[in-house]
Amino acid sequence: MKRLWLAIMALLAAALCSPPLAAQDLLPPAPYAYKQIADPALEAKAQTLMLTLRCLKCQSQSIADSDAPMAGDMRHQVRTRIAAGEDPEAIRVWLIERYGDYVSYTPQLKPITWPLFAAPLIILVLAALLLRGRFRRSKAAA
Amino acid sequence: MSAQAPGKPGPKKPGLALWLPLMLFAGFVVLVIYGLSRNANTDVVSAFIGKPLPAFDLPPASDDRPGLATADFTKGKPRLLNVFASWCVPCAVEAPQLAALAAKGVEIDGVAIRDRKQDLAQFLAQNGNPFARIGRDDLSQVQLAIGSSGVPETFVIDGRGVIRYQHIGDIRPEDVPIILRKLAEAGA
Repeated sequence: MKRLWLAIMALLAAALCSPPLAAQDLLPPAPYAYKQIADPALEAKAQTLMLTLRCLKCQSQSIADSDAPMAGDMRHQVRTRIAAGEDPEAIRVWLIERYGDYVSYTPQLKPITWPLFAAPLIILVLAALLLRGRFRRSKAAA
Repeated sequence: MSAQAPGKPGPKKPGLALWLPLMLFAGFVVLVIYGLSRNANTDVVSAFIGKPLPAFDLPPASDDRPGLATADFTKGKPRLLNVFASWCVPCAVEAPQLAALAAKGVEIDGVAIRDRKQDLAQFLAQNGNPFARIGRDDLSQVQLAIGSSGVPETFVIDGRGVIRYQHIGDIRPEDVPIILRKLAEAGA
């Protein structure tokens, strides 16, 4: 049994650590792909934004989490623009203009997204009404 | 049950409320199966179709072709803008189709993404060079500016520099007529 487990673990390790099959470019990463902005306040701003931008190559990761070269180029772009004084939300809008809402993990308030924001309120109101009905009934029974 | 005295209310019949959670769960399972069996399309379509090319001016990526700037696309004739790279395997696969388009008189410009001069030269020697100009985009800046999310992608740009059509992925032989039609619609 123990041997079997060892074999399974070895297989898993091999599957997880094998080099990617896709071809990669040979250029070094963009200057600000892995380098933080010197000013920690600006870097924090950039980090907050990068965590909510989708990597377009590896679409379930944020650009902050991805090592895809394109995500590195996007981080470079975000960091240089924030270092130049641009507002993070302006950069998000710039990307949405090019890739659609899909590129942002933070939903924007739009006609199609209002149920997303209204649903918690509606559920709260419904729960309150339901509880009120129950309390009244138990009072009447007492 | 039958021992219950008549007149006293028995336990309430569970009815629909008992089945509701199971029905909700079944509905959820159906939704998941539908979602899993649907053909996943992970293409990200550019939202910049119909908009003018943003301003850019790229240095040349190879020694025998000039660089590429927005001004090259506003000379009255539609052109193809091919986003590619020497390290991209499907880019080599689409080379014969680009050659066929170039042979039909289509003018093609290239944007080389994150490419080294020597690698690009080898790629062009191996797969042919259908490009009039090749711009060097080491930071994917033009790629990001036009809403392209990978290589290869091919854009039809009309004579006024407006993006009219985006082809995502390699151009297969069956895609050539579509691209020729889109070029004609753009005013070729």
